[in-house]
Amino acid sequence: MKLRRDVFQAIADPTRRSIVTLVAASAMTPGAIAENFDYSRQTISKHIQILTECELLEQEQKGREIYYQLNPKGIKQIAEFIEPFIKMWDDRFNTLEAVMKKHQSNIP
Amino acid sequence: MEQKTKINVPEGKQELTITRVFDLPVELLYKAYTEAEFIAQWMGTKVIKLENKNLGSYEFETSHEGKVVFKANGTIHKLIDNREIVRTFEMQDMPIGVQLEFLEFEEITKDKSKLTMQIIYRSEKHRAEQLKLPFAYGLTMAHNKLEDLLSNLK
Repeated sequence: MKLRRDVFQAIADPTRRSIVTLVAASAMTPGAIAENFDYSRQTISKHIQILTECELLEQEQKGREIYYQLNPKGIKQIAEFIEPFIKMWDDRFNTLEAVMKKHQSNIP
Repeated sequence: MEQKTKINVPEGKQELTITRVFDLPVELLYKAYTEAEFIAQWMGTKVIKLENKNLGSYEFETSHEGKVVFKANGTIHKLIDNREIVRTFEMQDMPIGVQLEFLEFEEITKDKSKLTMQIIYRSEKHRAEQLKLPFAYGLTMAHNKLEDLLSNLK
């Protein structure tokens, strides 16, 4: 539960969303990610750290450099997260339809 | 089975759109939203107050074993028969806050109609709280079931 809540917090921040979008295109080093923002390297590192902890990003060591890329596990969690919300509405609307159909059949 | 309800949650925005096609004439779909008797039935709640007019308001309340478990209210800003409802909606004691809802009712054929519900939240964070709710609720239900099972074993 805590993990999933964190995934949502992670993408609630616009800078972190931009980082996810950037890294989605190709794996990047922290330095290369930071170049895209006006924030300090430290600030960006903090964001990357949060995204990694929430399993939205994962590290890959290539030679001496660490690259960050999307973690499919975290992304899948977000997609699944919305499912119960859709199901809740679908169930609710199915009930609405059933109630009104019953009413319709009672109209002389 | 494929769900008939579609929900669009645009990234970076504080709104979402729910659409659904019903096998109902548009008049009946509109009635489901504007007559207390029907709201009570499909939403499973008690309608305490429902003033169906421009600048009217409404209150819903659900009790379980004598305790109020759900309370919601809002103002009805504008109504156009069988076409549109503009209203606010707020669940009490929830971190979601007030939301603004635009409900559009459309006739597709004589027996088919479409509802488009655009919901605008105070911020993206408030929207996220809303999205989390059924998930958390699902977990609670599962937990309660487990507790029931365990207590039956005693």
